[in-house]
Amino acid sequence: MSKFKKKSAGGRPGISTASLPDIVFMLLFFFMVTTVMREVDLKLKNEKPFATEVKKLEKRSLVSYIYIGSPKDRYQAQFGREPRVQLNDQFARLDEIQPFAHAEKQAKSESERPLMQFSIKADKDVRMGIVSDVKLELRKAEALKINYSTRKGVPSMLK
Amino acid sequence: MARRESPEINAGSMADIAFLLLIFFLVTTTMDVDSGIARKLPPYEENPETPPQIKKINILQVLVNANDEILVNDDYMDLRDLRAKAVDFIDNNLLGECDYCQGPRDKSMSESPEKHVISLQNDRGTSYEMYIAVQNELTGAYNQLRNREANLKFGRNYELLGDEDAKSIAKLYPVNISEAEPLKL
Repeated sequence: MSKFKKKSAGGRPGISTASLPDIVFMLLFFFMVTTVMREVDLKLKNEKPFATEVKKLEKRSLVSYIYIGSPKDRYQAQFGREPRVQLNDQFARLDEIQPFAHAEKQAKSESERPLMQFSIKADKDVRMGIVSDVKLELRKAEALKINYSTRKGVPSMLK
Repeated sequence: MARRESPEINAGSMADIAFLLLIFFLVTTTMDVDSGIARKLPPYEENPETPPQIKKINILQVLVNANDEILVNDDYMDLRDLRAKAVDFIDNNLLGECDYCQGPRDKSMSESPEKHVISLQNDRGTSYEMYIAVQNELTGAYNQLRNREANLKFGRNYELLGDEDAKSIAKLYPVNISEAEPLKL
């Protein structure tokens, strides 16, 4: 009788959590290495189109971003539904692109300026009108190296 | 002298600290790698000079209208056929001066890879998705030709070559895409 009692009183030993920090640190380092800091708070819809012939952008510090897309739902009451341009953290008018490009150039050292790139991150649903306007502004600002940001994959038209 | 053992630090909260850091990084970072189609824009000129005359056979005119339909040299074309058409056009070698070309030497297409021009024009109403798809096909045509030459010369694909070698291959098939101002509706 007492034999049985003793067994039930002992219970199962608890699982050791001593290695839990190690596992979590491993995950932490994985994410620190594979991800990059978010630069801006996106205020517009930005679903990039697919393309297969893509080139990786090498020096992130030399890339400036121009976002194009319709404002997100919560901004639509204020900014409407028409596609707009976003520079840094806020919506911008087309005539603000030139000063932006010049400011971005000034921020880099002279030797790095020829290597600068402007990445156009446009939503796949925008029309070419606004993209052409942005390109014209970039040409006026002598920012000629551009990159159409895309995701890797087969374009939906070819599926 | 008696040595007193220092009490062990409790590591029980280490997991909590690590989780906190992990969640912080999960929230503030993004995974997306930046990649895209690289292009060079022409410099802006207030009063553009009259462009040099280019022979009509050296121009491949690609028009994309507001309904995302493609017109290549006045014929409707499916997006699927555009890449092969562009490859044939660039590689055509009508003059016979280009010894590495393998094109069909068609009388209605370009004289040599140096002389060819692909003229791309879109409408203001063309969707960005379609525009990127067309740019992708044209880039694909150049990459296909460059890969062929890179494999023949160096036994590797174009993007795996070193700077010098890549430049020498890029010279064989220069990217000549000229974009006209979009049509206004």
